[in-house]
Amino acid sequence: MSVIVQPTKTLLDKLWSSHEILLREDGSSLLWVDRHLVHEGSHHAFAKLKARGATVAQPDLTFAVADHYVPTRDRQRGRDPVRNHLHIADATINRMITTLQNNAHEHGIEMFGLDDPRQGIVHVIGPELGLTLPGLLITCGDSHTSTHGAFGALAFGIGATEVAHVLATQTLWQKKPKSMRIQIDGQLPEDVTAKDIALHWIAKLGTSGALGHAIEYCGSTVDALSMEARMTLCNLSIEGGGRFGMIAPDATTLAYVEGRQFAPTQTQWSAANAQWQELHTDEHAKFDKDVQLDASSLAPVVTWGTSPEQAVPVDAFIPALADMKPEQADAARSALEYMGLDAGQMIEGISIDQIFIGSCTNARIEDIRAAAAVLYGRKSKVPGLISPGSTAIKAQAEREGLDRIFIDAGLEWASSGCSSCVGMNGDTVASGKRCASTTNRNFRGRQGRGSRTHLMSPAMVAAAAVAGKIVDVRRISKIGATT
Amino acid sequence: MSGWSEHTGIAVGLPIDNIDTDQLIPARFMSQPRSDGYGDFLFYDVRRESNGELDPEFVLHKQTSATVLIAGRNFGIGSSREAAAYALLDAGFCVVVASSFGDIFAANAVNNGLLPAQVESHTIHELQQFVGSDAVPCTISLLDSTLSIGVNTFPFTLDESWQKKLISGWDDIDLTLAESKRIEDFRTRYFEGAPWALPSPNTANEHG
Repeated sequence: MSVIVQPTKTLLDKLWSSHEILLREDGSSLLWVDRHLVHEGSHHAFAKLKARGATVAQPDLTFAVADHYVPTRDRQRGRDPVRNHLHIADATINRMITTLQNNAHEHGIEMFGLDDPRQGIVHVIGPELGLTLPGLLITCGDSHTSTHGAFGALAFGIGATEVAHVLATQTLWQKKPKSMRIQIDGQLPEDVTAKDIALHWIAKLGTSGALGHAIEYCGSTVDALSMEARMTLCNLSIEGGGRFGMIAPDATTLAYVEGRQFAPTQTQWSAANAQWQELHTDEHAKFDKDVQLDASSLAPVVTWGTSPEQAVPVDAFIPALADMKPEQADAARSALEYMGLDAGQMIEGISIDQIFIGSCTNARIEDIRAAAAVLYGRKSKVPGLISPGSTAIKAQAEREGLDRIFIDAGLEWASSGCSSCVGMNGDTVASGKRCASTTNRNFRGRQGRGSRTHLMSPAMVAAAAVAGKIVDVRRISKIGATT
Repeated sequence: MSGWSEHTGIAVGLPIDNIDTDQLIPARFMSQPRSDGYGDFLFYDVRRESNGELDPEFVLHKQTSATVLIAGRNFGIGSSREAAAYALLDAGFCVVVASSFGDIFAANAVNNGLLPAQVESHTIHELQQFVGSDAVPCTISLLDSTLSIGVNTFPFTLDESWQKKLISGWDDIDLTLAESKRIEDFRTRYFEGAPWALPSPNTANEHG
């Protein structure tokens, strides 16, 4: 990779130019793809490939994982007693997973299936396995691919036609997005997390705030975030309209990556490190859009509507319609009707029916620990599901005894998958039911037809479980469940 | 995909902002093969009442022959599911007009021959006045990027490369394969400079 160092380049510029094979007159770049991650939902793309009799150009750079449709419960009980293979009762789900297995096998793609200890949500296992590295270009047929940008990678979600194109050529035509810098400085108050930073800026700028832009997050707050928290921040870029979110790699990044299964080893590691040193925005580089945030003034944030931009701090009120622009008021009226809430109502105190902790946004070990620290020694007043982001995280949490905390609280400890974030694998929220959720979208019907979703951080969800209603986690005592 | 340069059809208004991909097609239908047809899945939950019956007041039930959908702001935000474009196309739509689009949706639309025509917010308001919930004939020209209703003509914005693609019906894979030599040269150079960019085959790495 030839990173050309010039004094006024952004991280985006550097990542873009190092992957640009050619630039067409109309401004479209043909880009080299370093890692292509596919899942059950990629069946449309494989069908397109088959229809033209094409093969996968670089199976060695393509990795498959079962996550979107996988059942998260009864995986062990569902085993075929004779062959010890997983037997999945739901015919559609079974077909989706089998189709992915067959496609992976046919094209020589490494697959992390249900039986593989490396299985998990695609945006959790990419980093976990060291497939995600600084400086790489990563694509996946999923809009939350921006997650991988936390490592200083150029990572973005693509549609099925583009997935087929990457499979067939290992390249992709793209127009370079505009650049946007979100600089966040100051110390995050206790119990305020990356999730709250994200929901805060999306509420402030709106769901089209970053439309057409690649976001680079920087500032002292970002520097102090763990990789898990950086992934949460980059993950939610798309909810503010940004297809790309990225953070320049630093010592925290390197410490996370080193030693992972597919990460560079020995001499390659030093060579990679030397090149990664250049992966930062140069001083004086200009961005098309600049936003500054003060982290020290933030509070835990909760959504009240059916768009991630409809969010307020937990100690605030749902805005009055009179305080909104007419088009926002129309949307708010309709959202509140769907959510069964009133304008001007306090967000704290709203009763919930269930909780969900999971998804590519907030199901990493740190998230599980934060929720466990609130639930330790307490009972949940409502039913709920915890689905760790990967099978490895599930095992780690169990080693730390965290599963017991959830089970003792009366919650369900499940296996890893997209689960109740996308509602297509059997884990859904019933119509009219209200769910406190660590996920990324509170869209109408996202967690199931008629479901009412309130997005918040894992600790806030745990606090909601304990209280049976939305509460401010800052007022709840916590136990350091682990070191 | 076959190209097109002009379309005449019936416009219908759905003046709602932030129509996300989960509303366009709920995730539970995406396991179906495309050959089954995705038209019935379009707005599946939106077009039904709470008892599951079709809502006769939903605009697409009043205008079953519409081909041009005039929406609001931020159409197609959310998921990367190309099924959202399939559902619109299979339900007969050729054009969606909005003041902004989700980035991934717009790319998916163009890759399937569906035009995401971007207009100014004030144009959306004007167009919504024209269409109301009645069927209104309209003509879209890709050649001069205009939408005409009666004697009124409105410009829309469309990226130059997308305009070409919609008109020509080009298949990107064919275009790209024509550049195979340059791709191969790039690939060789790239891995010489960054051999670490290949996934390490070292299975001894057993971190976390």
